[in-house]
Amino acid sequence: MGDFFRVLTDNHQVFLDGFTNTVQLFLIAAVGSLVLGTLLGAMRVSPVPALRAFGATYVNVVRNTPLTLVFAFLVFAVPKLDVNIDYFPSAFIALTVYTSAFVCEVVRSGVNTVATGQAEAARALGMTFGQVLTLIVLPQALRAMVPPMMSVFIAMLKNTTIAAGFSVLEAGAIPAYMAERGEPQMVVLSWIVIGFLILIIPLVVLQRFLERKWAVAR
Amino acid sequence: MSSVLYDLPGPRARLRNRILGVVSIAAIVALVAFIIYKFNQTGQFEPRKWEQFQYASVQRELLTGLWATLKAAGLATVLALLFGAVFAGARLSDRWILRTPATFVVELFRAIPLLILIFFGYYVPLQYGWSIDKLWALVIGLTLYNGSVLAEIFRAGINAVPYGQTEGAYAIGLRKNQVLRLILLPQAFRSMLPAIVSQLVVLLKDTALGFIITYPELLFVGKQIGGRLPFGLPYVPTYLIVAAIYISICGLLSILAWWLQKRMSRLPRTAGKVVRTEDINAGATPI
Amino acid sequence: MRYKRVAAVAMMASLALSAAACGKEGNPTPSGGNASGGAQSDTCKSSGVTFTPKTDANVAGSPTFQKIKSAGKVTIGVKFDQPNLGYKDAQGNRCGFDVEIAQYVASTLGVDPAKIEYKEIASANRETAIKGGEIDYYVGTYSITDKRKNDVSFAGPYFVAGQDLLVRKDESSITGKDTLKGKKVCSATGSTPIQRVRDEGLTEPNNIVEFKTYSECVSQLLDKKVDAVTTDDAILKGYAAQNSDELKVVGQPFSTEKYGIGLPKDDKAFRDYVNDQIEAAFKDGTWQKIYDGTLGKSGSSATPPQLERY
Repeated sequence: MGDFFRVLTDNHQVFLDGFTNTVQLFLIAAVGSLVLGTLLGAMRVSPVPALRAFGATYVNVVRNTPLTLVFAFLVFAVPKLDVNIDYFPSAFIALTVYTSAFVCEVVRSGVNTVATGQAEAARALGMTFGQVLTLIVLPQALRAMVPPMMSVFIAMLKNTTIAAGFSVLEAGAIPAYMAERGEPQMVVLSWIVIGFLILIIPLVVLQRFLERKWAVAR
Repeated sequence: MSSVLYDLPGPRARLRNRILGVVSIAAIVALVAFIIYKFNQTGQFEPRKWEQFQYASVQRELLTGLWATLKAAGLATVLALLFGAVFAGARLSDRWILRTPATFVVELFRAIPLLILIFFGYYVPLQYGWSIDKLWALVIGLTLYNGSVLAEIFRAGINAVPYGQTEGAYAIGLRKNQVLRLILLPQAFRSMLPAIVSQLVVLLKDTALGFIITYPELLFVGKQIGGRLPFGLPYVPTYLIVAAIYISICGLLSILAWWLQKRMSRLPRTAGKVVRTEDINAGATPI
Repeated sequence: MRYKRVAAVAMMASLALSAAACGKEGNPTPSGGNASGGAQSDTCKSSGVTFTPKTDANVAGSPTFQKIKSAGKVTIGVKFDQPNLGYKDAQGNRCGFDVEIAQYVASTLGVDPAKIEYKEIASANRETAIKGGEIDYYVGTYSITDKRKNDVSFAGPYFVAGQDLLVRKDESSITGKDTLKGKKVCSATGSTPIQRVRDEGLTEPNNIVEFKTYSECVSQLLDKKVDAVTTDDAILKGYAAQNSDELKVVGQPFSTEKYGIGLPKDDKAFRDYVNDQIEAAFKDGTWQKIYDGTLGKSGSSATPPQLERY
C-alpha cells in the first residue's frame, strides 16, 4: 500500500502536467466543437438544400471514422500536404472536427424536439424570425439539448486520452512515461482513473441535476 | 417542407434561398478544388504513392488488418452484450445486494477512458506474469466499456415500457420472471435495437485504439503501409483508403440503425418508447 | 432521404471492391527515384546465410526451452520498421540483422526458422511482453541496461551501437548532441535514447516529441515537424540509406548501446545457452556473414563485440 501513495508523491509533477494538459485540451476543444457543431447544426436545419447536404455528409463521414484515424490523418498525412500544425493544435483540431459532428446532431435533434405548432402559433401572432428563434424555439430546444450535450462533452473529455498516441503529454501519456521510470503500472493506472473520476463526477452530477430539473417542464 | 424555424418560403425567400444555395455550392466546390490542388501540388497523385495498392500482397495486408479489426469487434460485441445483459439484470433487481455493486461497476467503467481500460487489460496481467494476447487486452477493454453502456441501454429499454404493462401482467397472475420474459423484454428489445446497433458501431470504431498497444488491426496496418519510405511515405493515400473501409462498414451499420429506428418508431405495437442513444445519460452518447 | 440510399449503394460498391483482392502478384517496387526520391527497393533481401535447425537441441532446466519445445514453435518479439535491422516489406517478408540473429537463435533451439511466430512489440512494451510470456525472447535493438535487468535478462551483447542523430540533408546547425537546444527532437516512447535526452536535458522538455516507432519520427522529420531523430546509429543509417537524397546521419555517437537478446528474467540456463550460441556464431563467421549481408550494406564494417555473461 505504501507503493500506492509513493507513486503519486514521487511523480506528482508528471501527473499534474498530464492532467493540466488534459483539462486545457478539453476546454478549448469544447469551445471549438461547440462553435463548429452549432454552425453545422444550423446548416442541417437551414432552408438551403446544398448546406443541408454538406452538413449531413460531414456528420455521416466523421461519425463513421474512428477518432484515432482522424488524429493519425492530422499528424501524419496533413503535413504531407505542406500544412504544418504543431502537436497540441493538431489534437485540438482532431477533437474539434470529430466532436462537432456529435454536437451538430444534438443541435439538430434539439431543434426538432420543438413542435412545429409552437412556431406556427408564434408566427400567427406576428413575431419575426428573430423573435420566434429567441423567444419560442431556443428556450425549448436548449432544455432538450443540454443533457445530451453534456454527454458529448463527457465523452470528449475521455477521448482526449487518444492524443497520447500522437505526442501530446496528457493524462493518457502518463503510463508510458511511468513505464520509463519503472513504476508499477497497476498503481499508475489506478491514479489516472481517480483523476478522471474527479473530473467527470461533477459533470455527471450536473448533467443529472439539469435533466431532472428540466424533465418536468417539457 | 415546413419546419419549426421557417414557413414555406414565398417568392422572395425562394429567391434568397436559391442565391444562398448557389453561393454555398460555390464555396463547397472551391473547398474541394483547393484540397485537390493541394494534393496535386504536393504530389499525392504520384503513381509511386499509389502503386503499392495494386499488389495482392498489400491488399492481403489490408484484409488481414480488417480481419483483425472485425475479429476483435466480433468477440467484444458478444461479450459486451452478455456483460450488458448481466449487469442490466442486476441493476433492475429488487435486491440491493445485486443492485448496488452492479450500479457501481457500470458507472465506474463508463467514467474511465477506454484507452485506460485497454492499458489495464494489457499491462496488469503482464505485470503479474500472466501471458495475455493483445487481442484479449483490447477485447477486455472494449467489453468493459461498451458492456457498461449496453447495460444502461438495456435498463433504459426495460424502463421505457410503461409501468401499466407490468401492473397488468402481475394482475393476471404472472410471476416475476414471466413478466420480464413475456411482457417487458419483447417490447423493450424492439425499442432499444437501434441504440444497440449504434453502440456496436462505436465498438467497431474503438477497435482502432488497438494500435496503441500494437494490436495489428486495420489502422496499425495502415500505419505500416503509410510508413514505407521507399514509396515516398504514402500516408495520405493509405489513410484515405483505410478511412473509406471504416466509413463503409460503420456506415452500413449506421444505416441499419437508422432504418431500425424508423421502422421501430412506425410500428405501433410496442408500448415502449424508442430508446435513442441520446436519452441515455452520462457519456453514453455514441462517441 | 434519397441520398441515404445512394450512399448505401456507394458504400456497398466500395466494400465489394475492397473485398475482391484483384491485385498483381509479385513484389511491389516503387517506380524509380524521382523528384522527392532517392527511392530504394522496399523488398527484403536476406544475407544468404541459411539456418538449419539443430536436431539434438536441449537446454536442461530451462522452462522457456520446455515451453518452446512443447509448442513446436517459438514466438519472437521484433521491430518491423527498421531497415537492415528489423524490417517487414510490402510482401510481408522479414529481414535484417536482428531478424537473422533471431532466426539463428531459433535454429539452435531446434526450431525451423519457418516456424517462428513474429510479434511486433513497441519499445515501451518490451519488458512487459517478456515478463508476461507473450514472447519467448526479443531481438530488436534492445539495449542492455541495469534497470531493465530488474525485469528481464539479457544474452549478448551481440552488437554495439551508439546514440546518434538523423537530420535532413540540408541541416547544418545540428552537429552533435550539444547543438540540440531549441530544436525539436523525436524518438520512440520508452526507448533509452529519449530517456537520455530527457535526463541530460539535451533539449527543452517541450521540444521532445515521442511516437511509438522510429519510422513515425522519420516521417515527421521529412515533414519538417521535428529537426532531428535520435536513436542508435545502426537504426538511423538504415533510414538514411533508404532515403539518401533527403536524410543524413550526423555521425557523432554520444553513447554506447549494447544490444542484447531480451529473455525471461529467471531462466539462467536459457541465458547461458543463448550466450554459448552467440559465441559460436562470433567464432565460426556466421555473425560476420549476417552482418555483411544486412547492416553492413549501409556502409560501415564491424567486428563481433565482447560477450558479457552474468
